[in-house]
Amino acid sequence: MQSEELPVKPGRPKPWNDPRIRSVVFQLLAIAAVIWIGYTLFQNTVNNMASRGISTGFGFLDETAGFGIIMSLIEYNETMSYGRTFLVGLANTMLVSGLGILLATIVGFIVGVARLSSNWLVAKVSLAYIEIFRNIPLLLQIFFWYFAVLGALPGPRQAVNVGDIAFMSNRGIVLPKPIFEPGAGLMGLGLLIALIVTFILARWAKRRQAATGQIFPVLPVGLGLIIGLPVLAYFITGGPVSWDIPELGGFNFRGGITAIPELGALLLALTLYTASFIAEIVRSGIVAVSKGQTEAAAALGLPPRRILRLVVIPQALRVIIPPLTSQYLNLTKNSSLAVAIGYPDLVNVFMGTTLNQTGQAVEIVAMTMAVYLLLSLSISILMNIYNRAVALKER
Amino acid sequence: MATPHQSLPDLPPPATQRGLLGWLRENLFSTWYNSILTVVIGYWLVTTLVPLIDWAFFSAVFTGEGPQSCAPEGACWIFVYERLGFFLYGFYPEELRWRPDIAFLLFAITVVPQFFPTPAVIKKWLAIFGLTGLPVAGYILIAGGHFGLEPVATSRWGGLMLTLILAYVGIIAAMPIGTALALGRRSEMPIIRGICVVFIEFWRAVPLITILFMASVMLPLFLPEGVTFDKLLRALVGITLFQSAYMAEVVRGGLQAIPKGQYEAAEALGLGYWRRMRLIILPQALKIVIPGIANTVISLFKDTTLVLIIGLFDILGAVKSTLSDPAWGNVMAEGYLFVAFCFWVFCFGMSRYSHRLEKKLETGHKE
Repeated sequence: MQSEELPVKPGRPKPWNDPRIRSVVFQLLAIAAVIWIGYTLFQNTVNNMASRGISTGFGFLDETAGFGIIMSLIEYNETMSYGRTFLVGLANTMLVSGLGILLATIVGFIVGVARLSSNWLVAKVSLAYIEIFRNIPLLLQIFFWYFAVLGALPGPRQAVNVGDIAFMSNRGIVLPKPIFEPGAGLMGLGLLIALIVTFILARWAKRRQAATGQIFPVLPVGLGLIIGLPVLAYFITGGPVSWDIPELGGFNFRGGITAIPELGALLLALTLYTASFIAEIVRSGIVAVSKGQTEAAAALGLPPRRILRLVVIPQALRVIIPPLTSQYLNLTKNSSLAVAIGYPDLVNVFMGTTLNQTGQAVEIVAMTMAVYLLLSLSISILMNIYNRAVALKER
Repeated sequence: MATPHQSLPDLPPPATQRGLLGWLRENLFSTWYNSILTVVIGYWLVTTLVPLIDWAFFSAVFTGEGPQSCAPEGACWIFVYERLGFFLYGFYPEELRWRPDIAFLLFAITVVPQFFPTPAVIKKWLAIFGLTGLPVAGYILIAGGHFGLEPVATSRWGGLMLTLILAYVGIIAAMPIGTALALGRRSEMPIIRGICVVFIEFWRAVPLITILFMASVMLPLFLPEGVTFDKLLRALVGITLFQSAYMAEVVRGGLQAIPKGQYEAAEALGLGYWRRMRLIILPQALKIVIPGIANTVISLFKDTTLVLIIGLFDILGAVKSTLSDPAWGNVMAEGYLFVAFCFWVFCFGMSRYSHRLEKKLETGHKE
């Protein structure tokens, strides 16, 4: 009825003013631009590679590499292929990123909590640490640890001796290496059983608490099991583990496990740099939990440790997890700075030496970038799953 | 006759809660574990800081000539002093160093008033100059080749000068590109949005080193034959692409934080898309994300050190290359501390300034 009384029906706007037509035109233009740029780059690259005589394809991965790598987690020697160097570099990148994430999280949480300590000295020392380390470039910190600190250690003959079992020299840190003899499998089995039992125990205790309100001390019992069972297995089987203690022979140490100084410097710098960011994230997460929550929990009669564990930390984690994820991603990407001191990570081994030897820039750069894309994606996905577990569940 | 009741004045708190003693009790020795922590950390601080301060100041050598006047037990600051020209300008010819000096004077004139109470009109025009005129003037002065100025190849640029150039150009190029990408990612056109998402996520997922490698190894392959790019320019392209992706995510955070009502109200006023963004949305969004922008700027400033890996001599590269000089012996700690101090002053200053700006612009309209 009313629509008939409307005097003017708004007509269609002119084609060049119609938002729908305009959006289609813009998008077509954008597609055309992307295709044109992509095509030009592709053509240029093909022409350039042809004129420089660079071969294409991934055939080079099967060729013999012919260069040595100072540290490798998987078996490697000079006669192996370029494809193998890719795997060696990837393993080294994952090792340093994984250890770095673990250590930076621990240090970051400790410093973040210390920053809020009631002890004036502890709070100020943490503040000084955070403000110094996050305002200095990571590359400079890596150089500092590598050249000025670890490089200044004495040679193997004058190595710093830690109780005759571990040694620190400018060739790296040598630690005793455990040798598992037959029967050690029982210890692993004990550990596995302890972990499974603890897991089942925790679920049972949670259900019982929900049903009856009774609390079961999961933490001490679980820890007792996890430590106790392997130790028990050790004594039952008569001590099947011996230690290969490093000793000085010639100009270097023999035996034991050697952590090369490149790894030590990189790990130290990555940990201390990232931890200073994580500390600030943790601090802001804890501050974001309102005081009323702590007071309400105290009013319910919860002891301080349980307030922290059951009320403050779960709420702080919601604020902490998303920025923490991006710090983990940063650490993984920053591990590529290894190339500056010669730690054999993916960028150094594959994008450096292998690229120089084969000259196949396009394939190698693409593979390296794809690896980092995949690493970033998998960390994001894992952290998103964890985030979903701690996020506020609105009903 | 009864005297009216009069209360006595309050007694002062006990001596253990007043003054220095009270402060110590409350802040350092409140519980037994706090006391242990205080003692342990205090001991550690004294044993490390005292020798460090002694090395850096009291036993250090500040004046003198050459390596022979340095003492082994103290820092050798003469090294930094004698090489300062190289650390600041790299291989830039000594007799032409007045040109970058003028460029940086212009830079200081543009930037410093922004930190102090100055009339808004002056600030505005200085900012416009800083974004348009300054890069051109700076390029003419430093690179030369026009107006009878002797040309200086970019391969001779270096030191702190190069660091500042990389950071400044990176920021003023990444800011508009990043804003455009953020708007694109929030666009209603699916294809534009898709292109922006792929672009942003790609650059954010790979390390800057690989981008710099790509810029220095692959960019020549991408370009038509005969077109060659300067190494510095290649590094700048890489840094700008990398930073604009991060900037885009920061700006997007601000765009998302603006309540929907603002968008709708601007539309109801009959403003077109660009006016809506320029007059209503972006001023509010950019204000919210000032801390994020400052963080991006700081991280860009620190990331400029990575160019030394592709062979440019920024301040870290310049210092590092002089450390292997056998005449000076071991001056590594002095050199690295000098660079660390330079970066620390810039980064810490920027973060303090962004805190201040954030407080000043706080209008209480936050949700």
